[in-house]
Amino acid sequence: MSNQERVETAVYKAVDELNKQLPKGSHVEKSLDAVLYGKSGKLESIDVVTLIMEVEDQIKAEFGTAITIADDKAMSQENSPFSTLGTLTKYVAELLNENGASPA
Amino acid sequence: MEQAPPNPRVFLITGSRKGIGAYLVNHYLAQGHQVVGCSRKESEQKSPNYRHFCLDVSDEDAVKQMFAAISDSYGRLDVLVNNAGIASMNHLLLSSAQTAREIIETNFMGTFLMCREAARLMRKGHFGRIINFASVATPLKLEGEAIYAASKAAVLSFTQIAAREFADFGITVNAVAPTPIETDLIRSVPREKLDQLVSRQAVKRLGEMRDVANVTDFFIRPESDFITGQVLFLGGV
Repeated sequence: MSNQERVETAVYKAVDELNKQLPKGSHVEKSLDAVLYGKSGKLESIDVVTLIMEVEDQIKAEFGTAITIADDKAMSQENSPFSTLGTLTKYVAELLNENGASPA
Repeated sequence: MEQAPPNPRVFLITGSRKGIGAYLVNHYLAQGHQVVGCSRKESEQKSPNYRHFCLDVSDEDAVKQMFAAISDSYGRLDVLVNNAGIASMNHLLLSSAQTAREIIETNFMGTFLMCREAARLMRKGHFGRIINFASVATPLKLEGEAIYAASKAAVLSFTQIAAREFADFGITVNAVAPTPIETDLIRSVPREKLDQLVSRQAVKRLGEMRDVANVTDFFIRPESDFITGQVLFLGGV
């Protein structure tokens, strides 16, 4: 499995954990196109917080690296990393690269 | 009501080596709970149900490592008591920036880091009780305690907002605000100052450690799941 696939797998595991806490009609689809936050997103802000914590936990378990996803850098991005699962996965891979975990 | 975890519960008490922290460690060990404690120096507590970490509560990496160890060993955390705190009584004109930073780091940053990491662990069980330490120094506006009182004012405000942000995870966040208690924290305070302070309380006596334990017992009860964001001032302040 490539490192990129490992990141995607970790993110999807985080989605599984989030979905356990959501009513069925609000489940997040495991697709890179799944919208998280914004006009067409169906997640509450607290659900996004939960997903981010779950992703951090899964990345720590998979790569042994502690990352902080929601920092000032994430908030100042022109395109929010929290728009879709795809943008979140891409941003997490970038963070891992910066931390020397070489996911890409 | 949230589903309370089974006994024995897992406690983390900061500043556990002496004073109120050591008292609360013994109090909850005596009830059969598992207690984790931390302080800058080693503890003399020898109970098999006690585990100690030597750390500075404002050291983020050390705090994270402790919580990883708690997660590995116990799989959960039920109660956090943020007791660790320092004070320095001095006129503002004579207060050093270094001392001010140390007070803010320990009293506020330590509380923040512990709360954040604890809530991340507690949310998995959808149950948690966090108790922070505010102080009567804030409402009494004690001269000579400007930095300390300000650090505790920050803890007070932080507690009230954390209560709202953690409520969805089944975690309550409250604070106890003790009056002066015979501990190292007030050792350097002149007797006359203490007497003046006590005279401003509704109940005019020094606090005792059992007064604090009475409040922590109340906040951690399963039935207290509707009580959050509250600051309980002892002595009727």
